[in-house]
Amino acid sequence: MRSSAVSKRNQAIVVALLIFCATISVATTLGIVTILFKESIGFFSRVNLSDFLLGTEWTIGRSKNPADYQYGIWPLISGTMRITFIAMLIAIPLGLITAVYLSEYAPRGVRAVLKPVLEILAGMPTVVLGYFAVVVITPTILEPIGFKPYNAMAAGIAVGILCLPLVSSLTEDALQAVPNSLREAAFGLGGTRFDSVVKIVVPAAMSGIVSAFLLAFARAIGETMIVALAAGAIPTFTIDPRGPSQTMTGFIVEVFQSEDVIPGTIAYYSIYAVAFTLFLLTFITTLFGQFIRRRYREAYE
Amino acid sequence: MNYRFNRYSPFAFCVAACLLLCGCDSSKQAGPTASDGAAVGEVASNGDVAPGGEAGPVSELAGKIAVEGSSTVAPITNQAKERFNEHYPDVEISVSGDGTSNGFASFVKKQTDISDASRPIKQKELDQAQANSVTFVEVPVAYDGLTIAVNPKNDFVKSLTVDQLAKIFRAGDEAKTWKDVNPEWPEEKISIFSPGTGSGTYDYFSEVVLGKDGTLRSDNQINLNEDDNILVRGVAGDPFAIGYFGYSYYERNMDDLRAVPIVNPAGNEVSPTKATIESGEYAPFSRPLFIYLNTESLDKAEVETFVDFYMENIREVVTAANYVPLPDEIYAKAVDNVANRVTGTHYLTEEGEKREGPLSEVYQPANLKK
Repeated sequence: MRSSAVSKRNQAIVVALLIFCATISVATTLGIVTILFKESIGFFSRVNLSDFLLGTEWTIGRSKNPADYQYGIWPLISGTMRITFIAMLIAIPLGLITAVYLSEYAPRGVRAVLKPVLEILAGMPTVVLGYFAVVVITPTILEPIGFKPYNAMAAGIAVGILCLPLVSSLTEDALQAVPNSLREAAFGLGGTRFDSVVKIVVPAAMSGIVSAFLLAFARAIGETMIVALAAGAIPTFTIDPRGPSQTMTGFIVEVFQSEDVIPGTIAYYSIYAVAFTLFLLTFITTLFGQFIRRRYREAYE
Repeated sequence: MNYRFNRYSPFAFCVAACLLLCGCDSSKQAGPTASDGAAVGEVASNGDVAPGGEAGPVSELAGKIAVEGSSTVAPITNQAKERFNEHYPDVEISVSGDGTSNGFASFVKKQTDISDASRPIKQKELDQAQANSVTFVEVPVAYDGLTIAVNPKNDFVKSLTVDQLAKIFRAGDEAKTWKDVNPEWPEEKISIFSPGTGSGTYDYFSEVVLGKDGTLRSDNQINLNEDDNILVRGVAGDPFAIGYFGYSYYERNMDDLRAVPIVNPAGNEVSPTKATIESGEYAPFSRPLFIYLNTESLDKAEVETFVDFYMENIREVVTAANYVPLPDEIYAKAVDNVANRVTGTHYLTEEGEKREGPLSEVYQPANLKK
């Protein structure tokens, strides 16, 4: 009797603790979104929404005279997208192929070496990768073929390297989740290993693979340190990867370092407006990911 | 094997982390004790020593000094700090080089003890200081020759006039290619590397080249960055780049950069060297650098000792940072001003206008404005 009362009480405490922990993360998210939204109002009450959404020049913090500022967000979005696109070009194919190899082909010994190496790469501090981009990738590979000392390409490659382990490990998990009976069925029908991978396993794991891609995509959009170091600090509206570019995150860092970040100034509010835009972009990506996962999910008993 | 490793590695990690933390802790505790011992052993007179370069006695003087401001002046203060800490290891000095304006912004709020400045204080900043009842001593420490540099592969720019620089840098009618500056130069896009808008170097360059009313371009051919090393790296990597920064950054990267001779008001092409900067021949781009000392902070032993040390070793420190020392009589006057707490700036007139002229003429008691 007594012991049951105690266990009931313990149960209640544990549940309360769990709820509390879950609430913290929800409350934090709500708090951040609220502040982003509130402070962005400070920006949009001074700047025309159409200038912001349609302009192709962004010069906040780049002049002593705030009257000269241009408020078009597109150079920053184009910078972010350029770098993200390059990163995905590297991370997705390499990550997918690595995952297929690890999951379907690799012998135990190779796996035992390759997995930890990928994990080391995953734990690489981004500042190291950014520095690597500036002092190795750019001067040895890119400058000889006409790239500028700070360019979108080097940053994109480094972000791609950063995302590679993320893609490969999530994709591998998805492939491993495909039941062996499916592979055996493919072999039973006379298929080769390649047939089973291409026609059975990868399609069966598609929802997991796509959500891995989207997670990597969101990671690349939000990456800051690498782009602040390697991509330069000029917001450019172009698709040319050879020259400097500034991403949304890079802009936020740059403005924070300069003197104009006095609360109440337009440069200060612009940080929130850019951060809000960035948030919307990653939010849409996440929603899209959820949709894909539900739509293409294949459940196996 | 693999399984066991995975299973126990978190514990092993925790244990390792604990050990590491304990290790740090005990070494921290051991630190002062060890230096105390050394101090007791070696110092006869109590710590009030500021010897030159040699490994001298160690003092137990402790405290914190906050220095913020110009990234151009930071190397000088850092040299002083390194030498100072050999004798006073327990005085923690933080030197942050995020721009003269940023430095003054903290200085007038009493957040820092010393402000590094690559230009004199402005009226606006003086007003803020007065509003917060901050008083300060103005100390010139060195000459800097602002260096305009191009890539070593650039062989077409032999020299530049201030007008040509204005063509390159002014907002509005900015030159897109080198050809726009001089028809004989190639039709290649100019890429510009400039310190950011919070930097005293930016203000100084803008004022010299464009006057008070001009603004530097902000289009997508100009890279603005507070980190001078990024500027150096940018110019060194692009054959059609141009950039400007303090003389010391050029001096340290001479192999990767070429300093452009500047046509001075007398009509001569002059390259920045220590000699031409000190003589004033390298005009209009040689300028004095300052430190501003909060008088309240000067009453703290650690700050006063540091400043005394700084001024006693000033020639050595300035030379080590690759700048040009000032004439001795100016240093003597500065030391007097510190000792007697002569507060105020020499660079503003009663009307709040900036006072112009060579340092030796401006840095006079008659020009002092509290």
